[in-house]
Amino acid sequence: MTTVDLSACSVRELNARLHALAADTNETAWRVTEPRGAHAVAAGLTVPVSVEIDGHVGYYCGGMNQEAALTVNGHCGTGVGENMMSGTVRVRGNASQCAGASAHGGLLAIEGDAGPRCGISMKGVDIVVRGSVGHMSAFMAQSGTLVVCGDAGEDLGDSIYEAVIYVGGATGRLGADCVEKDMTRAHRDRLSALLERAGIDADPAGFRRFGSARRLYHFHVDNADAYR
Amino acid sequence: MSVDRRALRPSATFPDHVLAEIHRAADQGVYEIRGFGTKRHLPSFDDLLFLGASMSRYPLEGYRERCDTGVVLGDRFASRPIELAIPITVAGMSFGALGANAKEAIGRACTAMGTSSTTGDGGMTEEERRSSKTLVYQVLPSRYGMNPDDLRRADAIEVVVGQGAKPGGGGMLLGQKITERVAGMRDLPVGIDQRSACRHPDWTGPDDLTIKIRELREVTDWEKPVYVKIGASRPQFDVPLAVKAGADVIVLDGMQGGTAATQDVFIEHVGIPTLPAVRRAVEALQELDMHRKVQLIVSGGIRSGADAAKALALGADAVSIGSAAMVALGCNRPVHLEDYHAIGTEPGACHHCHTGRCPVGVTTQDADLEARLDPEQGARWLRNYLTAMVLELQTIARANGKSHVLNLEPEDLVALTVEAAAMAGVPLAGTDWIPGRA
Repeated sequence: MTTVDLSACSVRELNARLHALAADTNETAWRVTEPRGAHAVAAGLTVPVSVEIDGHVGYYCGGMNQEAALTVNGHCGTGVGENMMSGTVRVRGNASQCAGASAHGGLLAIEGDAGPRCGISMKGVDIVVRGSVGHMSAFMAQSGTLVVCGDAGEDLGDSIYEAVIYVGGATGRLGADCVEKDMTRAHRDRLSALLERAGIDADPAGFRRFGSARRLYHFHVDNADAYR
Repeated sequence: MSVDRRALRPSATFPDHVLAEIHRAADQGVYEIRGFGTKRHLPSFDDLLFLGASMSRYPLEGYRERCDTGVVLGDRFASRPIELAIPITVAGMSFGALGANAKEAIGRACTAMGTSSTTGDGGMTEEERRSSKTLVYQVLPSRYGMNPDDLRRADAIEVVVGQGAKPGGGGMLLGQKITERVAGMRDLPVGIDQRSACRHPDWTGPDDLTIKIRELREVTDWEKPVYVKIGASRPQFDVPLAVKAGADVIVLDGMQGGTAATQDVFIEHVGIPTLPAVRRAVEALQELDMHRKVQLIVSGGIRSGADAAKALALGADAVSIGSAAMVALGCNRPVHLEDYHAIGTEPGACHHCHTGRCPVGVTTQDADLEARLDPEQGARWLRNYLTAMVLELQTIARANGKSHVLNLEPEDLVALTVEAAAMAGVPLAGTDWIPGRA
């Protein structure tokens, strides 16, 4: 285990060391201490190493992650796992707004709550939130899956494309073009597998599924009210 | 009863194009979406003149005395700034808006000229990376095709806050251009009307942008210059905020800048012209003592070496061309007239990039139409055009006694109109008067 104390070195030094790792490195286990809300901690990793971060981090922790498995033993600021491509980012605490924004792949598991716009513009990532998410979550979500075990705020899935949303709790008003859809056995199996992969213990039985009505894929004057 | 045509007085308030637009809106119930840029008359670089040399300034010999054109961009924080042989770059235009052949032609021409080209909404194609020695990678609100591997293999990063054709608006690409390849790159269903976001998904405002730029630098190990592109609206505020946020380079796009598809009302009625925007941006940089430290690239209606020279004289470090590069590739060239007519237009008035039916194969994803643009021929045209622009730029610089094009200065300029004098901050020709100044 390699330990880096961010009270004694900079984020730049940490990231430079992580970026310098070869794909077959033996230094596969890292611990980061005293992050103290620093931004871009462990951003841009490209190799399959595990990084445990003990404490709270600022914006964009694990941004653009590829292959690495990150765990934040604390809370995260804006945009945790933004544009991640693969690997895993796990947040033991809460995540602020825009968690997993435009992320293309991998798994983002949030064991607490997530703020507004969780999964905004997501493009293939799987996001599992044990708690609740704020308003405008999955806004313009293109593909991938957002699982919310708790409640979802107003305007869930506004202007959603082909992403799939599962919500275990209550939802506020749905966003434009977002509708509730049938929850088949196949969907429940998929949800169950995703919860298991995320290590989050929740009963898939009570979840509902949401997705796009696909009414706004082409402009039609009769749908103009949806934009107001 | 015969019509006395002399008695027919068309309305100045409702000229033909306004009547046609009202009829179209009544038929369709939606705003007009089109490509190209603004068509209205605007104060522009045409309203400025260079004074040239005389008794108080001596000129340089054309073709004999050197007039350098090289420029370094992004040396504020990046460990690998960009060195360009000429101060004319090609602006971001997406694969999707443009066909792959057009992107490749641009890359080849820019490489031959020692300048940079730029990706666009939708990400980086292999063709453009392969053909472009210096490639600027745009990070846009949509994040279509956004990929850290491409970020790392780019030569610079451009965070797009806005563009001149639509400051405050997001991209559009209508269904007829969302082919399987374009859809795959953008992770969208094939054939939908794509409306990009107008704000970035993970930051809002200059304080967040500071942190975002820091993340981009971390991901790329502080090697790449980071540009911030703004549509010209309030450059006196946006430029200082971009500097504060940590930009190495600011790209300022005036309202004459083009687009592949946007609402006509946006193109014609939002933003300010390039001419006043340059002056305000330069003043803002000077007030911060950051002029020439954070470089300024100006775009939006740059068509000639004269336009480039005037932008540089007002304080820009480089210019960028988009629509003009497309024209060099054949846009609006009077060939294939039947195909112009088929989409209801003619060469000289075509703005049908949004339809994907580009008669000359530039802004299309249709294989047959795209085949009309041979990348090699296109590269030759664009290279010739850029060469001519540089020769014009050097001609003007030498005539004003400058051994480097960046030595051009506002003192070399006068304005033809009161409006242009006020906007550019140079005297009205034949006077010492700059409107608004004592």
